[in-house]
Amino acid sequence: MMKYRSAFDIIGPVMIGPSSSHTAGAARIGRVARTLFEKQPTKAVIHLYGSFAKTYKGHGTDLALVAGIMDFDTFDERIPDALKIAEEVGLEVEFIEEDAVTEHPNTVRINLFDGKGKELEIVGISIGGGTIEITEINSFKLKLSGANPAILVVHQDRFGLISSVTTVLSRYQINIGHMEVSRKEKGDIAVMVIEMDHKLDESVVSELNALEGVTQVIRLVN
Amino acid sequence: MFRNVAELVELAEKHQVKIAEIMIRQEIEVSGRSREDIIAQMDNNLQVMEQAVERGLNGVKSQTGLTGGDAVLLQNYIASGKSLSGNLLLDAVSKAVATNEVNAAMGIICATPTAGSAGVVPGTLFAVKEKLNPTRMEMIEYLFTTAAFGFVVANNASISGAAGGCQAEVGSAAGMAAAAIVEMAGGTPQQSADAFAITLKNMLGLVCDPVAGLVEVPCVKRNAMGASNAITAADMALAGVTSRIPCDEVIGAMYAIGQSMPSALRETAEGGLAATPTGRRLEEEIFGSPQKKLVDYLIQK
Repeated sequence: MMKYRSAFDIIGPVMIGPSSSHTAGAARIGRVARTLFEKQPTKAVIHLYGSFAKTYKGHGTDLALVAGIMDFDTFDERIPDALKIAEEVGLEVEFIEEDAVTEHPNTVRINLFDGKGKELEIVGISIGGGTIEITEINSFKLKLSGANPAILVVHQDRFGLISSVTTVLSRYQINIGHMEVSRKEKGDIAVMVIEMDHKLDESVVSELNALEGVTQVIRLVN
Repeated sequence: MFRNVAELVELAEKHQVKIAEIMIRQEIEVSGRSREDIIAQMDNNLQVMEQAVERGLNGVKSQTGLTGGDAVLLQNYIASGKSLSGNLLLDAVSKAVATNEVNAAMGIICATPTAGSAGVVPGTLFAVKEKLNPTRMEMIEYLFTTAAFGFVVANNASISGAAGGCQAEVGSAAGMAAAAIVEMAGGTPQQSADAFAITLKNMLGLVCDPVAGLVEVPCVKRNAMGASNAITAADMALAGVTSRIPCDEVIGAMYAIGQSMPSALRETAEGGLAATPTGRRLEEEIFGSPQKKLVDYLIQK
């Protein structure tokens, strides 16, 4: 499968320096985590692996990850001040340098908390030139590029659910570019990650939310 | 969709269009966006590059003080009329340096294909522009041509220093620029491919060894050399020199070399220039020594 699909994956992104993989890619991973969390967290624990762990200070990876978690884009001029801003808005941040060897050298695991029991864990990799992949959400293994509009559907693991979701999408003439289904255990909670060629209207999302057996629909990438 | 350089060249020859046009058509097809929209986005990227070069030529300094100000020195030297290598070459070098100095200072740049290698493509473009007087659209096409070659490298090899060393970053950027220069100067698609191959062949094995893990030393100067390498290779290809090893095989070799490169030389700041006595001293000056860091940590606890 082609990892890079657009000319703008190569000439782009427009970003605050100094590193596309360690700064822009990190900001993008942080932002996906924030989107998924659906609110500003009060605490973020960030585990860094490989080259991320060795060089994050020099590349401003810490600033960029925190900036992303605060919903800043790659070209936001507040990125250099992200740690200070985080303190001001009450976001506690902890960085942990891990020794474990991961499959990709630029790997980060982010745990977000809201202080009221809501938690999220995501694992992301920055594969070069600012392009990223999300490889894990709350222990569900998946592959999400972050380049196309995508949704995450949390649902009960039973027959017919995948087809009811795709039926809704096909009614709105939305083409699916990539789709993955993952579950913890048979009959337990399952997730679908759907990458599409077109942006979803709010009405489609609420229709999906209303489907029987669907617990939650989250926009991962708009 | 083209998967390699051979297919890219074949498509351009078959349809009798520029490589840039093949990239634009593919972008329209893959993204479902309009041509106007795609051109406008690339125009915006071009503006970001123009502003970064301008800012760098006015003189910037990074927070660490390791880099900055060299673009100004180079422009002053060009103005003195004493340049040995020629004004166009040195102009490209200074503009590549300018962009990377802005990048190191955490300014706004456009990654081409990465931030660490963001100087080569705009540096060469704005220097060649003075000689070839391209239209705005031709400058945008230049960027689409670089994108087409970068697209092949990214999908078949790597554009990440952590995965493939500097050859994957500045090496790729220089090859992309060489191919686009050839096209802007009126060369054939095959000559663009040859220019890419000649450039990358001479950057194979280049390691990623940033001092203190910063995208400053030696990254800024590697962009300077990437730019001059690109212009030289473009001239060679336009003169009719071809690459004995086909472009796609050179890209394959780059990937294989990256795979066998030890981790110390792939953006971990553990080997190469980062591990020299001076590299280590600079690291200590910037981030403090590991021992001191430990003491700070214990006091904090």
